[in-house]
Amino acid sequence: MSRVNSVLLPAATVVVSVVALLLLAGTNPWDPLKIIVEGSIGWPPLEGGAARKVGDTFMVWVPIALASAGLIVTFNAGMWNIGIEGQIIMGAIAAAWMAREVSAPRPLLILLTIVAGAVGGMLWGLLAGVLRTAGGVNEIFGGLGLNFVALSLTTYLIIGPWARSGVASTSGTDPFPEDAWLPALEGTKLSPLAVVIALLALIGVWLLFRGTLYGLKLKAVGRNRPSSFLLGIPTNRYLLGAFMICGALAGIGGTSQALGLHHKLIPAISGNFGYLAILVVLLARFRPFWVIPISFFFAMIAVGSPSLQLRVDVNPTLGGVLQGVLVLSAMFGLGWAGYRALREASSAGVES
Amino acid sequence: MGGLINAFVDMFDTATIASIVAGASALMFATMGETISEKAGVINLSVDGSMMLAALAGFVLAVETGTVWYGFPAAAAVGAAVALVVAFGSIKLSLNQVAVGFVLFAFCTELSRFLGQSYVGNPPVGVPAWGIPGLSSIPFFGPVMFDHNVVVYLAYITVILTYLFMYRTRKGLELQGVGERPEAAHSRGVAVNRMRYFYTAIGGALIGIGGAAFSLDVKLGWSDRPTRNLGWIVLAIVIFGGWHPIRAAFGVLLFGALQAYAINLVPEFPSLSQVLPSIPFPAMIVVLVVVNWKTLLKWLDRYPFLRAILRSDPPTAIGTRFEIN
Repeated sequence: MSRVNSVLLPAATVVVSVVALLLLAGTNPWDPLKIIVEGSIGWPPLEGGAARKVGDTFMVWVPIALASAGLIVTFNAGMWNIGIEGQIIMGAIAAAWMAREVSAPRPLLILLTIVAGAVGGMLWGLLAGVLRTAGGVNEIFGGLGLNFVALSLTTYLIIGPWARSGVASTSGTDPFPEDAWLPALEGTKLSPLAVVIALLALIGVWLLFRGTLYGLKLKAVGRNRPSSFLLGIPTNRYLLGAFMICGALAGIGGTSQALGLHHKLIPAISGNFGYLAILVVLLARFRPFWVIPISFFFAMIAVGSPSLQLRVDVNPTLGGVLQGVLVLSAMFGLGWAGYRALREASSAGVES
Repeated sequence: MGGLINAFVDMFDTATIASIVAGASALMFATMGETISEKAGVINLSVDGSMMLAALAGFVLAVETGTVWYGFPAAAAVGAAVALVVAFGSIKLSLNQVAVGFVLFAFCTELSRFLGQSYVGNPPVGVPAWGIPGLSSIPFFGPVMFDHNVVVYLAYITVILTYLFMYRTRKGLELQGVGERPEAAHSRGVAVNRMRYFYTAIGGALIGIGGAAFSLDVKLGWSDRPTRNLGWIVLAIVIFGGWHPIRAAFGVLLFGALQAYAINLVPEFPSLSQVLPSIPFPAMIVVLVVVNWKTLLKWLDRYPFLRAILRSDPPTAIGTRFEIN
């Protein structure tokens, strides 16, 4: 009974709140969802010149999935890595630097940009970690500060040293040389390489916590740091490790943003996908395989909602509200189910 | 280098100081709200979103009714409602406080963008200026302290009242007890969780009033995410202020001064005009990092006087749950 409840109750909460939201927004609940699907993968799916849209959706999915994979690591270590936005941005900046400054045969160049992105994100993650372990600065605020710094750095680079030839503007840098673009399928931006890396990252994170001692120890650090320390785990080193893994994955997400989706550096290069990934991971309850469909759905909302304005005259920000409602209602639905299960269990205990 | 100094010297004129004092009102309310909430042990991480949603609610009601004052209770209600969701989720449903707060931040932000889109560019309404007769004509102190409007005066009065309540009343002592030693407070007959609901709601209401103070006084009108990042700064200032209302108020003024300095720097470094206005945000976090640096704190511990001024520890039971067994 309570097992059914723990699935049905959250699901019902989600459906009811989404429908209520759409009714309040002044449309019937069906149209916006259909338009989002249509705008992101085509309707019926994959028909009617949908290749480009699908490509975009996948390329939005890649950084969200990568960031989510990284966040699963830091969450398991008990850390709120809000600095993930900055780590994506620094990955993008490092990859952009590599793309601008280095010329090499294409496969090597691609490899170099990806490595650069990973290193850029990793160092930024490490910095948040050092602030936490050596400085005692709560990772939420250290991370936020580093996000602001990374954001300012992007703007500075775009209007300063990397300004477009001719007029400097905040719309972005010149496009990178085409050799540095992530190789994509014909007529789309879909880069199979990026998608494979994202999938591998999620599988890797699953394996990390499923079958390695490192993952087990990391989890122990997250659950109970003092005890882990007393048991001989160098907790600070494990925390730094978690931040570095997360930063590296987020940085590769940044590479994909700069060299796969935009082909230039823009001020909002992270696309807020780091924050979105936090929502995804919370909704997936830290399980890597659930991240795949959830982040894909979030990517569909992100890509598909701009067409809401054209089609049903609903503001595209409805997409963001939808994502928020989803996570919020799932969270409270689950919480409520858990609360009821606990109460049933305790009242049963009293009777017996 | 000369530019940096010039911009700093330029800050010390009466008009600039007066504008720092006046512009701090929104952050002042919100910071007091978050301090009260955290002092009772509940971290309301949704500030950035709830402040924004409240700013919208306040603006919309003020515009629709034509009476600016109606905006404030509306904003307070929105802020309190969001805060109660945080309290309910963490106290009743034992959800992670930080998680609930973060999701609410994202949700409220997006909701304010969605609901507010038709109000972008709407002609603003503002709180009328009201210099205190007599006092406002004192040289320097008049324009700096007594020539603003009711909202600004109330912001500073709120700081003083928060301080007096927390440290000079029985109820305030109970509030601290709930956040420091909930078991002890419970054994002394204080209803810990009820108090936490109550003070989180009060704190949320103040955060909401802060939002309305922004859209109806500090920067009139509505645009896309007008208060963005201010909520995070509020959370940082609460830590910077060591969960003490007066010190937090100084943190707010420090942030205002940083903003004024950054704006003064623009004419000196025109090429950086796009970057400079956002510098106070990382700068404030850097300040927070410095005052929290473990090594520095250890050094401070050797000087009791400095320690008393500069250091203060978080409420012991912050972010934890309390259950009666």
